[in-house]
Amino acid sequence: MSAAPDMPSARPAPAPPLAMLAELTHRCPLACPYCSNPLELTARAGELSTARWADIFAQAAALGVLQLHLSGGEPLSRRDLEDLVRAARDADLYVNLITSGIGLTERRLDALEAAGLDHVQLSLQGVDAESADEIGGYRGGYARKRQAAEWIAARGIPLTLNAVMHRRNLDRLEETVALAEAMGARRLEVATVQFHGWAAKNRGALMPTRDQAKRAGEVVAAARARLSGRLVIDYVPADHHADYPKACMGGWGSTGLNVTPDGTVLPCHAAQTIPGLVFDNAARRPLAEIWREGAAFQAYRGEDWMQEPCRSCDRRGRDFGGCRCQAMALAGDPAATDPVCVKSPHRAALVAAAERDAADESAALTWRAAAG
Amino acid sequence: MSAPAAAQVPAPAPAAPALAPTARPRLLRGVRVKRDAVRGVPVLLAPERVIRLDPIGAAILAEVDGTRSFAEIVTALAARFDAPPARIEADAGRFLAALVARRMAEAPEDQA
Repeated sequence: MSAAPDMPSARPAPAPPLAMLAELTHRCPLACPYCSNPLELTARAGELSTARWADIFAQAAALGVLQLHLSGGEPLSRRDLEDLVRAARDADLYVNLITSGIGLTERRLDALEAAGLDHVQLSLQGVDAESADEIGGYRGGYARKRQAAEWIAARGIPLTLNAVMHRRNLDRLEETVALAEAMGARRLEVATVQFHGWAAKNRGALMPTRDQAKRAGEVVAAARARLSGRLVIDYVPADHHADYPKACMGGWGSTGLNVTPDGTVLPCHAAQTIPGLVFDNAARRPLAEIWREGAAFQAYRGEDWMQEPCRSCDRRGRDFGGCRCQAMALAGDPAATDPVCVKSPHRAALVAAAERDAADESAALTWRAAAG
Repeated sequence: MSAPAAAQVPAPAPAAPALAPTARPRLLRGVRVKRDAVRGVPVLLAPERVIRLDPIGAAILAEVDGTRSFAEIVTALAARFDAPPARIEADAGRFLAALVARRMAEAPEDQA
């Protein structure tokens, strides 16, 4: 495969990003087998300081970022989370906390609320303790999450439930929707697992069947119609069973950026799986410069990098050729058409692998490792 | 963390019923208007959503305070833009009802 292609020198400046995902830490009490953190986790000693993050938030706001997603790992593992929320609000960012709820106490929630937290996105591993705690690898986690949801609802903090769906829980999607209603969530994300990061090690254990994927779409459509004005449902379909690829990141380097616990700035959370890309660090280079000129961001921005069949395809402005990391993983070329696409020469192999993995009843879960 | 919002298929904006004249619309907590200094436009910020407001949307939301009724809002906008109230009612009603359907606003009606 080739590394990032050479870019013409005079390119228009990219539009500013709307959102930034700050992976504050890789530490997490859970060990979900589909964790999107990289296989090589950053240890606590490598994490950025409070002041460094605050400076990055201010730079992000000046660059045009409007929404900040505080994520991890488990962001509550950072003892300075309240200070980080306040710093982000001081920079006039909209602050979303992406959490498992483990580590939350009423006192911490009060402090986060006082610091200006706008919204909480709570992860859901399953609809009962047995299945959720198995996936999370943490006994008692489900009960603590339910408690956290009650505390959030009691304070009136807007709540989104993020339910990662896969073969082991897709048949309980109706129950998942009912749980979101019962928890008082305003939004539900039905996010079928994406096979990057740790999930790539669990394809056989988690790959949905084609029937499950089809039925999930029907359940979501029915729930949306029934719950309009009460619960908003966003849906990430099982893309290995789709005909066309997802519009990954809304287009590479067009909408959002990720910052890892040590300050590395990525165009998407899995970008480090693409060999040859060079990443900058926000502790050493201005964020605006990284966004505008950073080699990793320029690599797949726009359409110049595209090959056939993307280059002449009518859909290229809609799905941007799909996911670069998936093209790397399954076609061995990050500039190839996402193999999900019916026009990809690798499509037949992708479908065969998805069907083989979906039928793998003997596959055991491999849980995520702990960050040092 | 779990799968980030790599490729969501957003909930479609449902066909929304118009607002009653007595409804008192307000933005829900976690939803706010901000002047985006970098892009030079007003934006509506909501959970996992950024909506760029056109001048009309911004003018409508400037009247929405949870106190005034929809009828009062229509009257104010019609006067400000020197436009037929029926047209303002249709446009503002559609705009606000879509925000209600997307759980960004609510519009409780007065109890008779």
